[in-house]
Amino acid sequence: MCLSVPALIVSVDGEMADVSVGGAIFRAGLQMVENVRVGDYVLLHAGFAIEKLNEEDALETLRLLKEMDDAMTE
Amino acid sequence: MSENISLSHGGGGRQTLDLIQGIFTKRFGMKDPMTDSAILAVPSAMIAFTTDSYVIDPIFFPGGNIGKLAICGTVNDLAVSGADPKYIAAAFIIEEGFGTSDLEKIASSMADQAEAAGVKIVTGDTKVVEKGQCDGLFITTTGVGILREEYAHISSAIRVRPGDRLIINGSSGNHAVTILASRRNLTFDAPLISDCAALNHMIRKVLDNNDGVHFMRDLTRGGLAAVLNELAVMTGRGITVEEDSVPVDEPVRGLCEILGFDPLAMANEGKVIVVAAPGEADKILNIMRSCPEGKDSSIIGIVTDERPGRVVLNSSTGGTRFLDMPSGIQLPRIC
Amino acid sequence: MKYVDEFREKKLILNLADQINRSARGEYTFMEVCGGHTAAIHRFGIPSLLPPGIKLISGPGCPVCVTAADYIDRLIALSFTRGVAVATFGDLMRVPGTISSLSEAHAGGADVRVVLSAYEALEIAWSHHDLNVVFPAIGFETTAPGTAVTVMKSASEGTENFFVLNAHKVMPPAMEAIIRGGTHIDGFICPGHVSVITGSSAFEFIPRNYSLACVITGFEPTDILSAILMLIRQISDNNPHVEIQYNRAVTPAGNVKAQEFMNEVFEPCDAEWRGLGVIHSGGLTLREKFVNFDAGASFNIEVTHHEPDPVCICGEILRGVSRPDECVLFATACTPVHPVGACMVSDEGACNTFFKYHVHE
Repeated sequence: MCLSVPALIVSVDGEMADVSVGGAIFRAGLQMVENVRVGDYVLLHAGFAIEKLNEEDALETLRLLKEMDDAMTE
Repeated sequence: MSENISLSHGGGGRQTLDLIQGIFTKRFGMKDPMTDSAILAVPSAMIAFTTDSYVIDPIFFPGGNIGKLAICGTVNDLAVSGADPKYIAAAFIIEEGFGTSDLEKIASSMADQAEAAGVKIVTGDTKVVEKGQCDGLFITTTGVGILREEYAHISSAIRVRPGDRLIINGSSGNHAVTILASRRNLTFDAPLISDCAALNHMIRKVLDNNDGVHFMRDLTRGGLAAVLNELAVMTGRGITVEEDSVPVDEPVRGLCEILGFDPLAMANEGKVIVVAAPGEADKILNIMRSCPEGKDSSIIGIVTDERPGRVVLNSSTGGTRFLDMPSGIQLPRIC
Repeated sequence: MKYVDEFREKKLILNLADQINRSARGEYTFMEVCGGHTAAIHRFGIPSLLPPGIKLISGPGCPVCVTAADYIDRLIALSFTRGVAVATFGDLMRVPGTISSLSEAHAGGADVRVVLSAYEALEIAWSHHDLNVVFPAIGFETTAPGTAVTVMKSASEGTENFFVLNAHKVMPPAMEAIIRGGTHIDGFICPGHVSVITGSSAFEFIPRNYSLACVITGFEPTDILSAILMLIRQISDNNPHVEIQYNRAVTPAGNVKAQEFMNEVFEPCDAEWRGLGVIHSGGLTLREKFVNFDAGASFNIEVTHHEPDPVCICGEILRGVSRPDECVLFATACTPVHPVGACMVSDEGACNTFFKYHVHE
């Protein structure tokens, strides 16, 4: 219940969407997020999308981690 | 026969005969005369003997039904003891109003599965109870297999030693997740089905071609976590598992993530753990992989002499923790 | 899985662990206040990667664990009421009330169903006009907006057979109560998903008033380890502030729409946190205009208040003052199969996690 997981929007129907978590399909309410499209990732919590995941920020976080990784292996 | 099973079908009279003959005996290959007991010739050897009840909900699920489950489950219990499964008894408790065609489908599944596994259903019983006194259909199967002396050590684990390798024949958790999804009407973008399967042919091939098997157990309720903990306690040894080596299908991972379940603690109906002597593990792995029920087999861990009685998991992410005995009723009526 | 696997790469994790081992000077006590963090920390074996000087303690971040026994008793009473169905999150099923649980009530014939969201409970009300459906609304700021959206939908549809028994709580006042209660803490691993809703600004008071380091982090092992590294750095730089590690989901302002829904339906109130006592402004209550959906107001449920078992030290554990294995009942009378206190029931509870991963150490 308390878990929030990244979920991929696979179809949108008004304020509801079908989202996929590793291939398992769940229903999600989109009332709290804006401009969500098929292919976006959202955080799914207790049947609602509570935020859209920001791809740029995610990639930036990973980039920083990898940079640190490269620095350590030099 | 009528569309639904009624109380009179359980009354012991003409309608009971109709039920038994119409649905069961021909499909199961039983011949007249019908006797109270099946009389069987058994070579002088040890006998492996097992019984299980099946109360699964839903009765029909992706990958099988309660009948297929009953045959596979009993065959597997015999096979993992090292025995050659031979004969099965099947007892049915049917709720008044259960659909006749559903019962026919289930009986046919059982006949097909028995034939594929090379076992005979030789005796059975049927009872019909009033509406509400059981949920649709409950089946109890009892099985007998022939156990040769050279395999007698397998179920007691007496030969298990530090250094032995643990091998699983495929992915963990598919049955439980399929059932969970069926109950909640969840769907998957790629179909997920129960792994319900008879493993005796694969196990026979391993045993016939190798003498390095020290222990086997099938993974049902409680999954891999339960069996490994049982083994650790039985042998007084420790077990270390590499999480990376345990196959888990994506949709199983996804559903477990969201519901907070551990894929390693979920029920299976077509999986076995084989504990193999270190020098034989690779050979046994290859034999398993050559069989359809074992194509995704993987060596997942090792028996140790550290932390006796406990199972340690080296997690995919580099940390280490215990893999504990699952507790509580995560999913009722899973088999 | 995307947004998951990349953050679980073993090499990155081991590098972070190495960095932590080299940066740590002395002893640190960090408290995480989110049940999801408790579970993740132990599932990924994080403690095994840290130097011995870093202590991770759990705070009251598990909403199931801080739900009062009286609340469960009222739900059980409701579930046995003719015409009422309790549609609940699965986590609540085995939480012990005074003498029973919803799971036992179900076994005794009560109408108790498990749902994955408040909306699912509303849908049950729509398809069963003969039933009064009660949804136990527990959870923090992550979950409250979903309840709010559902209550608003129920209102706009004119639904008359849907109710919530509200017990939503909010984190910052509880965190303040713990700091003021004297538990020694060097820094907070702040709740990741509560912050998605509230924004990082909700936690600014902690470094400002109490000079404690704060990092808001996600739930993957790289997130948690990065946060620990960031906390160590804040301390060595003597620069306590609220840092967002989980920037792919958290912003300073948070999810404004979600906050608006929450404020439309709920207002702050004093609330009892099991084990901590009454926390001023620690809870949410339904606003007057939504009183028709309040199960507490619509059903006359009297339960006798019982004092909690004095031997159970869930309260001290939730405050981070005691460890689970310091409780006399731990692993003896109180186990995941037979829980006495709420900390043992939930998979995110400190005692349950400790039992699973540490009991025979």
